[in-house]
Amino acid sequence: MCLGIPGEIVEILPGHTDLAKVDVSGVRRAINVGLLENERLQPGDWILIHVGFALSKIDEEEARAALDFLEGIGQAYDDELAALRGSSIDRG
Amino acid sequence: MRFVDEYRDAEKARALSAKIASLCEPGRAYKFMEVCGGHTHTIYKHGLEDYLPETITLVHGPGCPVCVIPMGRVDDAIHIAERPGVVMTSFGDMMRVPGGRGSFFDSMAQGAEIRMVYSPLDALKVARQNPDKHVVFMAIGFETTAPSTAMTVLRAAAEEIGNFSIFCNHVTIIPAIKAILDSPDLRLDGFIGPGHVSTIIGCRPYEFIARDYGKPLVVAGFEPLDILQSIYMLLVQLAEGRSQIENQYARVVPWAGNLKALKAINEVMELRPYFEWRGLGFISHSALKVRERYAAFDAERIFEIPGSRVADPKACQCGEVLKGVLKPWECKVFGTACTPETPIGTCMVSSEGACAAYYNFGRFSRERVREATR
Repeated sequence: MCLGIPGEIVEILPGHTDLAKVDVSGVRRAINVGLLENERLQPGDWILIHVGFALSKIDEEEARAALDFLEGIGQAYDDELAALRGSSIDRG
Repeated sequence: MRFVDEYRDAEKARALSAKIASLCEPGRAYKFMEVCGGHTHTIYKHGLEDYLPETITLVHGPGCPVCVIPMGRVDDAIHIAERPGVVMTSFGDMMRVPGGRGSFFDSMAQGAEIRMVYSPLDALKVARQNPDKHVVFMAIGFETTAPSTAMTVLRAAAEEIGNFSIFCNHVTIIPAIKAILDSPDLRLDGFIGPGHVSTIIGCRPYEFIARDYGKPLVVAGFEPLDILQSIYMLLVQLAEGRSQIENQYARVVPWAGNLKALKAINEVMELRPYFEWRGLGFISHSALKVRERYAAFDAERIFEIPGSRVADPKACQCGEVLKGVLKPWECKVFGTACTPETPIGTCMVSSEGACAAYYNFGRFSRERVREATR
């Protein structure tokens, strides 16, 4: 749970101003973006995610470098993705 | 060496390594603490010590949230989980952490209902789906994680969910750093500051370290180059006789932190007078509890909590490892009685724990290699 993982916003979920569908290494899940309410997030933006919440907006270059790094660390990232796959947040 | 073969920026790493070596004063030994478990993970995964002169020692700090939970709090959580009609929810990392009476996994085997969740919002969903049960979320973590718990409590309050509470074990990083600075066991020359915690708290809370203790701190990212760059920045400060707080990870960490997150924490939680940390003992104002106005979501008010106090197993030296006094392999049970499969101490449980990082990457520290070849 300790990892911050980058994800790309696919869509802001209609009717839920705090929720966005986010793609993390091919896993798409709803993430709460309420902590970044001043960032005017849009599809295509990258965010750093921790336990279902976006902590900060990051640029694509940073996101790609962080993903390369995480994909290289092996088990800890696999475990995080497995946990994310089990997530089904549907309300903020 | 894995790092040289695999890492895309090996050239840059070698260049940094040379610059680091050139800044070290002959005859002077340097000790830097990396506070965050994520940094410990990177250092051992990539063998970063091999890129540093032998006069630089990296010391692991207390920044692994799973590692600092004392056994008594695990027992208290299991006590709650065993109440009739309770569903305990927890991050996967907590499941194998041993208390005095076993772990969450052991408790599940004996019939308690404990579910792994990715997010506190998933725990809240379990509560919505099980109105006849009371769902408790085992809330752990530093300021990185506390906003998520706080936002979830705010959501539960807005929806007036009556069967959800948190068992709050959130801790704060600053008092732990202060405890280490005040400890007579360890003399440090500077800190590699935590990255993700700082996205929330920003850089200002560290200023006392430079001002009152005269030590530099550089907030660092998690990639190998980030850590080498941060060590370089620490050495530049020392060479110039400065001690300041600097931000190597500015591409992610804003100097002022995340105000919305800080407000959410402050709305839902307040500081406890004191809290027990594994290895560091009781530290004043070092943890968070739920405020009175959110009492309906506070498992400590809803359930009778035994307040268990359990001494760590005698053989376990997690305390010394967490304070940076011992290297993991210097612990008597490291890799023999204590392994990631059958951990005795918390440092072996989490992949962020110093012992698990050493164990999983099969990397002997250079001190040990020196000892073995002597």
